[in-house]
Amino acid sequence: MVTNITSFGRSGLSDWLMQRVSAVILAFYTVFIVAYLLFNPSLDYYAWSGLFSQTWMRIFSLLAFISIAAHAWIGLWTVTTDYLKSTRLRVGAQTLIILAIFVYLVWGIQILWGA
Amino acid sequence: MSNLQVSVYRYNPETDSAPYMQEFQVDTKGRDLMVLDVLHLMKEQDSGLAYRRSCREGVCGSDGMNMNGKNGLACITPLSDVVKNNKLILRPLPGLPVIRDMVVDMGLFYKQYERIQPYLQNDTPAPAIERLQSPEERDKLDGLYECILCACCSTSCPSFWWNPDKFVGPAGLLQSYRFLADSRDTATRERLTSLEDPFSVFRCRGIMNCVAVCPKGLNPTRAIGKIREMLLADAT
Repeated sequence: MVTNITSFGRSGLSDWLMQRVSAVILAFYTVFIVAYLLFNPSLDYYAWSGLFSQTWMRIFSLLAFISIAAHAWIGLWTVTTDYLKSTRLRVGAQTLIILAIFVYLVWGIQILWGA
Repeated sequence: MSNLQVSVYRYNPETDSAPYMQEFQVDTKGRDLMVLDVLHLMKEQDSGLAYRRSCREGVCGSDGMNMNGKNGLACITPLSDVVKNNKLILRPLPGLPVIRDMVVDMGLFYKQYERIQPYLQNDTPAPAIERLQSPEERDKLDGLYECILCACCSTSCPSFWWNPDKFVGPAGLLQSYRFLADSRDTATRERLTSLEDPFSVFRCRGIMNCVAVCPKGLNPTRAIGKIREMLLADAT
């Protein structure tokens, strides 16, 4: 057993499962947004704002935001442990990545409910 | 015309400041030799050339090396399989420390093998005769027990290159599943618990280099998938 403290779920199994579930959620969200844009070629501010004012769309969007946050954490954590061999550099990069993900997530929530 | 151009990795840490490639012209007399035979012919030209070999028939796993960019056993790889434009490039197995020329230090590889406890563990009292298996239970070990630990798979795996101290690697994981799948082994839970961290199993990204190079035609990626299934079944 190899110990680790900066990975998303502290367990390879839970990270692995989370990576797959979040990927499926992101795939659904991407397909939905692309299809919505294709079927609404004359999209204006009111239609777009109307879409995001509905509760189900806010939940779906928040789910996608949380998924991308978890997905990015797990994926980038893996990249740093593969390629950054200096502990100082690796911990620094991991801290920056996790903080950035936190900022983006809170910012996303503010945009979703702020309008 | 039948002279084969061979470029081989040379490094003697006691005399060389850096590794270099040495060029050989080998007269194969037009025969489709095995790569190991070519190494023997080269050793006749330069007796200082160091490489491992033993059974010369693909059973012992001593002569794993990188031939024109692909890992394999030199003794069972015919020139016609690897030579392109009459040129053969031989390098030691990638990712392991070089002791001399084609000889690598397999310490990390064996350490990972040792870590998965490659022996049968059973806490029930030993019966008067052998612990019996049904033919179906025995069938589950096919494709697992044949591994000869030549390290061709693990040293072709980037995940093992980057984290050889933490990622068990395809060879070790194939053997790990060999004991997880064994109906006579009772340490399944302990074995699974020691594998659920982000490195030991889960550093595998499924690129299947291991499957592509295995000289025995085994499939470590499938075994790793089975370990993941067992971990998931046990923890959810």
